[in-house]
Amino acid sequence: MKRHLLSAGDLTRDDAELVLRTAEELRSLADRPIKKLPALRGRTVVNLFFEDSTRTRISFEAAAKRLSADVINFSAKGSSLSKGESLKDTALTLEAMGADAVVVRHWASGAPHLLANSGWVRSSVVNAGDGTHEHPTQALLDAFTLWRHLGNLDGRRVAIVGDVLHSRVARSNALLLKTLGAEVTLVAPPTLLPVGVENWDVETSYDIDAVLPKADAVMMLRVQRERMNAAFFPSAREYSRRYGLDGRRMGTLQDHTLVMHPGPMIRGMEITADVADSDRSVIVEQVTNGVAVRMAVLYLLLSGNESDFGRTAPAAPAADPTEHPTERDDA
Amino acid sequence: MHADTTAPSGAADPTTPTGTDPGTGRTVLDARDISRALTRIAHEILERNKGAHDLVLLGIPSRGVPLAARVAAKIAAVEGLDIPVGSLDVTMYRDDLRMRPARTLLPTEIPPGGIDGKTVVLVDDVLFSGRTIRAALDAMNDVGRPRTVRLAVLVDRGHRELPIRADFVGKNLPTSLVESVRVRLEEFDGVDAVTISGDAGVAPDPALTTQGEDLP
Repeated sequence: MKRHLLSAGDLTRDDAELVLRTAEELRSLADRPIKKLPALRGRTVVNLFFEDSTRTRISFEAAAKRLSADVINFSAKGSSLSKGESLKDTALTLEAMGADAVVVRHWASGAPHLLANSGWVRSSVVNAGDGTHEHPTQALLDAFTLWRHLGNLDGRRVAIVGDVLHSRVARSNALLLKTLGAEVTLVAPPTLLPVGVENWDVETSYDIDAVLPKADAVMMLRVQRERMNAAFFPSAREYSRRYGLDGRRMGTLQDHTLVMHPGPMIRGMEITADVADSDRSVIVEQVTNGVAVRMAVLYLLLSGNESDFGRTAPAAPAADPTEHPTERDDA
Repeated sequence: MHADTTAPSGAADPTTPTGTDPGTGRTVLDARDISRALTRIAHEILERNKGAHDLVLLGIPSRGVPLAARVAAKIAAVEGLDIPVGSLDVTMYRDDLRMRPARTLLPTEIPPGGIDGKTVVLVDDVLFSGRTIRAALDAMNDVGRPRTVRLAVLVDRGHRELPIRADFVGKNLPTSLVESVRVRLEEFDGVDAVTISGDAGVAPDPALTTQGEDLP
């Protein structure tokens, strides 16, 4: 990992564990009367959202604010983005405003990568979900939730069930959980497994009932009908009977097995209400953990000029005034 | 405290507490000296506070934490009363976050009774520039409002950059800026010793050295 967080695959095991340990310390902040730390005072974090999001944007906003950073929310609706402005022009605008970090969600896979490597912006880029590609902070918060409940993830079995084809969460989780030593099994109908999944270094299965009794955690994915341009399964009812997690299937899980969902969940489709509200479900905790993990990521990316966080190049170019005469005020 | 517990510190080079070692420098306090200093600090804290009531000890990670626990144990031995002990990580409040690599956060544990209205004694190993203590005062501000805050340090090596002083000092150790002072404790390093090592030429790797605080 350099100065951007673009893919869960860029994180080494040390990087990932550093995020988890940092998040663990930051999580205790939620119990304090003053939920704020001065670490990123004077820094600006821009939330650039080209795609709808509730949880992720609010989570990043809360994380940045709790670290005392200034937050600018930029969403496609209600901005010039909806008038057809290009990513490049948007990026140049952000650069001119002096953003230290850009948290970007985009409908096109690879947009954060382009933003980070184009030279348009000098800020750190955090991928908050790009198309059907990756969502690394979601994977980090899922790993953090698992780690808090299960301890070391070496050899733990995690089943990821549902619409793997359209899921950036599944890809990021598969990459990160492998890095942390867990064994991942993807469970989906054949039509909802991506081409090339055999190169992901994970197991795949079409049969949820065979996988559940062995799993230490089950991650249910939403069926992303908005991304579906064809009939991937005959009907919602059939999908939920074959791949939904209901009370009967929950009964086959081991006692310690966790039920997770990255949200938003469609109750009655991939997960029934009694499962989502059961004791095993850590779905609400995932949201809480999301803030701590995103604080950890922003802190590790933005503090200092040469981070232990696998960073090689001088991070904030503003630290080198000779190179950039138009230095920012806050440098 | 930037000497973190992950540094392959003293445990890797076990030396006798009283010996001198070219790598670790001259020993100025050995295990018995440290124990005596902490006993005196414990008594001074009690004397100043007129007893153990409303006392809270907060160690600054990493090495302030076991020191706070030891002082509390000595207070318990004298007064027969367990006083609350916690830890206060100051990483997020440092004034040099921008200049240095992102640091690992260390645990903050505030005792269940909180610190509001209490007499808080901050405990650290080395008092140097005073910047760690400034950060600790800011950090405490976000946790509660103590009645009084006092500072206990095992070693005061001088060179303050801020108007901060310690109330209880184990040993005043006049140093030059090129020297480095290193506190090793049983809990982290397998041995209790305070060593001082020579000029810049033979100064050990800063990562292995407890400067107490940041170099100026």
